[in-house]
Amino acid sequence: MWWRVMAEAVFVGLPKRFVKVSIDGQELDVLEGLTILDACRQLDIDTPTLCQLETLTPVNVCRVCVVEVEGSRVLVPACSRKVEAGMKIRTDSERVRHSRRLVLELLASSVDMSLCSAQVGGWMSRYGATPQRFGDSVATVAQPVKIDNDLYVRDYSRCILCYKCVEACGVDAQNTFAIGVAGRGFDSHISTEFTVPLPESACVYCGNCIGVCPTGALMFKSEHDMRQAGTWDESRQTVTETVCPYCGVGCMLELHVQDNSIVKVTSPLNNSVTAGHLCVKGRFGFQFVQRRKQE
Amino acid sequence: MDIRTTGGPPTAEEMAAVDGVLGDPTSLWEGGARHPADDHVAFGGHATRSQRPLLLPVLHAIQDRVGWVSRGALEYACRRLSIPPAEAYGVVTFYARFATDERPAMALHVCDDLACKCAGADELCSELEHAFGPAGNSWRRSPCLGLCDRAPAALVERAGASHQEVQVAPVTVEVAVEVLRGGRWPESVNRPLPDRPRKLLRRIGAIDPESIDSYREHGGYVALRRAIELGPEGVIREVTEARLLGRGGAAFPTGRKWDSVAKAPVRPHYIVCNADESEPGTFKDRELMERDPFAVVEAMTIAAFATGCEQGYLYVRGEYPLARRRIENAINQAHAHGFLNFEIEVRRGAGAYICGEETALFNSIEGKRGEPRNKPPFPVQVGLFGKPTLVNNVETLVNVLDIVVDGAVAFAATGTQDSTGTRLFCLSGNVHEPGLYEVPMGTTLRALIELAGGLRDGRTLQAVLLGGAAGSFVTEQQLDVPLSFEGTRAIGATLGSGAVIVLDDTADMKQILLRIARFFRDESCGQCVPCRVGTVRQEEVLHRVLSARNGDAHSSDINLLTDIAQAMRDASICGLGQTAANAISSGLIQLNVVARDG
Ligand SMILES: Cc1cc2nc3c(=O)[nH]c(=O)nc-3n(C[C@H](O)[C@H](O)[C@H](O)COP(=O)(O)O)c2cc1C
Ligand code: SF4
Ligand code: SF4
Ligand code: SF4
Ligand code: FES
Ligand code: FES
Repeated sequence: MWWRVMAEAVFVGLPKRFVKVSIDGQELDVLEGLTILDACRQLDIDTPTLCQLETLTPVNVCRVCVVEVEGSRVLVPACSRKVEAGMKIRTDSERVRHSRRLVLELLASSVDMSLCSAQVGGWMSRYGATPQRFGDSVATVAQPVKIDNDLYVRDYSRCILCYKCVEACGVDAQNTFAIGVAGRGFDSHISTEFTVPLPESACVYCGNCIGVCPTGALMFKSEHDMRQAGTWDESRQTVTETVCPYCGVGCMLELHVQDNSIVKVTSPLNNSVTAGHLCVKGRFGFQFVQRRKQE
Repeated sequence: MDIRTTGGPPTAEEMAAVDGVLGDPTSLWEGGARHPADDHVAFGGHATRSQRPLLLPVLHAIQDRVGWVSRGALEYACRRLSIPPAEAYGVVTFYARFATDERPAMALHVCDDLACKCAGADELCSELEHAFGPAGNSWRRSPCLGLCDRAPAALVERAGASHQEVQVAPVTVEVAVEVLRGGRWPESVNRPLPDRPRKLLRRIGAIDPESIDSYREHGGYVALRRAIELGPEGVIREVTEARLLGRGGAAFPTGRKWDSVAKAPVRPHYIVCNADESEPGTFKDRELMERDPFAVVEAMTIAAFATGCEQGYLYVRGEYPLARRRIENAINQAHAHGFLNFEIEVRRGAGAYICGEETALFNSIEGKRGEPRNKPPFPVQVGLFGKPTLVNNVETLVNVLDIVVDGAVAFAATGTQDSTGTRLFCLSGNVHEPGLYEVPMGTTLRALIELAGGLRDGRTLQAVLLGGAAGSFVTEQQLDVPLSFEGTRAIGATLGSGAVIVLDDTADMKQILLRIARFFRDESCGQCVPCRVGTVRQEEVLHRVLSARNGDAHSSDINLLTDIAQAMRDASICGLGQTAANAISSGLIQLNVVARDG
């Protein structure tokens, strides 16, 4: 009965408190439930991350964000470990620097990371990563680009296996589950079932996987083609913010334009409507803008 | 969620295999025949999705019946269970047992791991290669099959309506060739345990492992009665005061774990018996399950009673068909005799060492890839299906029977102050009498090897691998180490799973180290970078180091190994990555490739 239901106590969770932690000798108050990474950011300590994204559930697999916590035998991932009262954290100890360096070296020695953001390059030099030192004849994930549809390409020789695309395609955003992690160990890779081409899979081309991919492994076909032709030039691109014209949801779009044509569409991560995610129309349905211009 | 299936229909056999586990489909939505109502109702919801934990049993059924998992079969399973095919494909390809390409019905898995290497497995494999072509189709190389006391070992299976599976050890070239040519089907034989005083193992050989009456004649179910008299708190008090430490590898205090689960406010509580024993050189849990299965079931019952667990799972290594049958029989008989008031579901592993890690094991039971979870939260708070869960190793649990019957004081009288009771050691490799030995904690390694008859005549000791691949090498000079948790820790070693692989001067240490490196590369789940890439680089660099002429290894390569080792130890998610360099680091010291102090 509705009045009985109304009378039931509603559990809203315990009130959040602040806990005291120390980071590199600096004491600070952090809201309970936040991660060590959040705490580091409060102090403007730049912490490298690869598999972490505000809009996705932490998977803590890349291990580039590890920090030293007093009393812990092993290093802990800053991106997912919650702060606890009295935690003593070190973000720049010899152990931390060593593991961060090795993670970057191991990745870069097996994956083509040349399209990662400049930030990643900054971390590489900060930690002195020299991926070449493992030698020339080492196993890599090099493979041909998968081009099986007109909208986007998958270049898994750039894939660091951060799981972000799988999460975006799954419960964190799209709920389509067209791709998953298959195989085991070094053979682990992102795949559709039985590696079928995307048009045979459940993919609905929302492009949300592209939106979260940190390495350029997933890329608009338009961008890929222009890069192949040598015409891709970000310095000549403008970004125009607008609202998607299709339905009433009102998703914010960022149109990346080069030479007066739209070359890629994104949505800001911190947008309250989209959290960076779109549907196939907002993401790829921009051709009509250009067609009309040409007529 | 879109379940899009474009791979064509399953064959009748594949359907029968799936339906054998799930029952017949009731609608078109489940892949069955069209029913008029199907046009108006959608299929799905919680009831369907909650069947996810059945994915592995269904995949086993398909593999058993057909010998491989085709796209049509997988998609049919997906429609029945409402699982996206891409996710299910991720699961199938994670486990070594499932094949996604067509294979012959007959499969011979030949162990080429450490103990079997010492017993000529490499020669066996090259003969098979010669006769049947490279490994991969009709015969395959396998990591340790847990039959190291009878090395070299193999596992034969034949897919079909009545799937057959048998462990063959020792296996000879003649037997292997005959099996592959479709000749005589081999038989499995147990080895009698040598006659010596035993505690935990006292019923082995004395009882009929298929009969609960025989078990009861030998003191079976006395402990359960005593446990009920003591009450849950009483049982936990005894286990705590006995200072029992977990035998699965991590040596966690069992009493503390039980107490945490018992007090966890969230319901239900689950109990999981970890019988995934896959550490190379380890076969103790197999022996217990094959030859004293009722003890395992009784101990689980007591643990569940003490910690308030409503449902139990026993996860048996996939390569242990006899142990699985015996345990299933024991559970059925215990039910029939009213000794079991909760459900214990037997789950079958599918060829993944990592599933012995407790949180990977939960994921495997839940029908997912066996990827370990980050801790905290710990299983006692957030375990199987997100609920408080008690996980214990088989040997740990069986120890509880004596603790409950004899009392904590009597139990702790054996062993050392910090490591109470006895310990099972799996001796294999170059000893006179390989097998399972039970000795009080604190017995020296030298005494243990002597119990097993020592080395063969005229041979000298090269090294002992203590604790399996995740353990480390112990030298001749360290043979007087007391085998207790604290004693091994003092020399930087570990008891681990109780594996003791003895290597004399005939063993090829380089090949042994390379095999260990390959093991970790093959068995890494692939989730985290330090382990996924680190185990590969470790193997590559080790190849370079060991193929260098004596003492000629580049110091930069040695540095690389040390660097990789430290990052794997510090930054990996789970114990696999954290220990993947131990044996190799200590083995290189043993080989004098790396200086003893540095
Ligand atoms: C890679 C890896 C493999 C493991 N394999 C096993 C195993 O086969 N059997 C087992 O009992 N514990 C295994 N463990 C330890 C378990 O995670 C867990 O600690 C143990 O089952 C707890 O039981 P216990 O307290 O009775 O020892 C493994 C751990 C790791 C990291
Ligand atoms: S485009 Fe959308 S549906 Fe397709 S794989 Fe990416 S996230 Fe999944
Ligand atoms: S494709 Fe991109 S998002 Fe997906 S796992 Fe690889 S790097 Fe991460
Ligand atoms: S350490 Fe290895 S096995 Fe463990 S989670 Fe990481 S990749 Fe997987
Ligand atoms: S960012 Fe923390 S583990 Fe990847
Ligand atoms: S069975 Fe071959 S090494 Fe264990």
